[in-house]
Formats: sequence, C-alpha cells, structure tokens
Amino acid sequence: MTSALDITQAVKPPRAVFVNFPLGHQTGPPDNPELQRKIVIDAMRAFETITSPGTIVELPYVWDAKDRSWEERDYTKGWMPKRPTREAADAIEAERIARFRRG
Amino acid sequence: MPVAYIPRTRDLYSDFKPYRWVENDGVPPFVALSKPIAECKVALTSSGGVMYRDQPRFHHEDASYRRIPKNAARSDLSVWHFGYPTADAQRDPNCVFPLERMRELESSKVIGELADPAFSFMGGIYSARKVREELAPQIVDELKRAHADVLYLVPA
Repeated sequence: MTSALDITQAVKPPRAVFVNFPLGHQTGPPDNPELQRKIVIDAMRAFETITSPGTIVELPYVWDAKDRSWEERDYTKGWMPKRPTREAADAIEAERIARFRRG
Repeated sequence: MPVAYIPRTRDLYSDFKPYRWVENDGVPPFVALSKPIAECKVALTSSGGVMYRDQPRFHHEDASYRRIPKNAARSDLSVWHFGYPTADAQRDPNCVFPLERMRELESSKVIGELADPAFSFMGGIYSARKVREELAPQIVDELKRAHADVLYLVPA
C-alpha cells in the first residue's frame, strides 16, 4: 500500500497498490469507513490480480476533487506541524501510559 | 499528480547531506498466491508508529516494533511518528493501520483469516541497513510463526 509513488518505484516491492492521498492516509481519510473499506478490499484483490513482479496498481480515488493544492504544499518547508518540545512530548507520553494503567 | 517525495525530502532537509534512498535494481522477488485470498491468512503491518495501550512510544532511529492484538479496540491505539502529520491517524488509526477494516474483511470472508497479532513500527528510520538487518528479519520470523500466507504492509 503506498501514497509515495516515486519511493515505491525506487524500492520495487513485489507488488503494490498506489492511492494518491496525502501521507498519513494510505488507507483512507479519518472516520470514512466506506472509503477505507474500498481501498483495503482493492488491495486484497490486487494480491490475486497482480501476476507480474513489481506491478503497481493505481486506485481511482481522489482526495479532494475541488482542491488539489495539497499536492503542491505537502512535504515542503513549513508544512509539517511543529514538533512538541522534549518536555511536552514526555508529558504526553506519561499521561498516555498512566491513562491505560489506570484501566 | 503524485507528489515527488524524493526531491522534496532533499529540499526539506537541505541543511543535511542528501539522503540516499534505497534503490533496488532488477526484477523484485515475487511469489504468486497459491490459493484465493479468501483462503489466506493475512498479516497486517504498518510503519505508521502505532502503539497498543501502555506500550512505550517510539524514538528517533527506533527500529523496534509493537505487537498489536487483532481484537484491539480503536481506543486502545495511539500513534507516534515524526515524519508525517499524525493528527488524523491519532483520531482514526485506520488511516494508516486499517485493523477494523481487516476484521470486517475477515468477517465477510473477503480474506480467510486476519493473523494475530498485527505489527507496527515507526518508519522514520534513517538507516536502511538497520531496517534490513534488524527489523525486517524479526517481522519475518513473526510472520512465519503465525503461519501467515500474505503480508499487507502499509507504510506511512
């Protein structure tokens, strides 16, 4: 499963399914189980239909037909959300662990 | 148009030595399915940085992996990754780790069985050698132990 076509073409896995979505959404947008299900079913079908090594099947789904500006913007300078400081990240981690250990 | 990630990564990290992406030449190894996918045991693995309950989070250059029970609830999962914006995946891990969808495909018999557990690691590992020599062989051992027929790998 890939959304980074050029990297997948360089790595050459045995077989792949490409969907042109922003990174972090390789199996679909959040809270959209219908589209997620379509993508995953297409990927399972591709295990049967791909018979030639290195084939990359492109899925027909479009992230946002009205606005393709993410294709210009993603993975350029200033695009990634700012990382939390070390202290903030440690606090988030401690809270997460405590939440699950409380049950 | 698909985003050209290799040149954009070079620009994004222009203060550093250009990253040498893995480039494999020739025909990749390929094993055709010996039976329909509806009879296969399928293992799910995501490099999206998914953790189950109080499993420790990932760190930079962390080539460890987490075992995620196949029946994990969505609220049992968290995500940590520095290489992509994780807000959507934190809200709905199925964006990069479609565990709920795979369980549905098992119930509806699109696949034979979903292997237990599923696996996740944090794909932002600079060293391809570390992935090839340390991480990948451990996942392969896990898949063999689980008698998985197919690996569905979701990078993120």
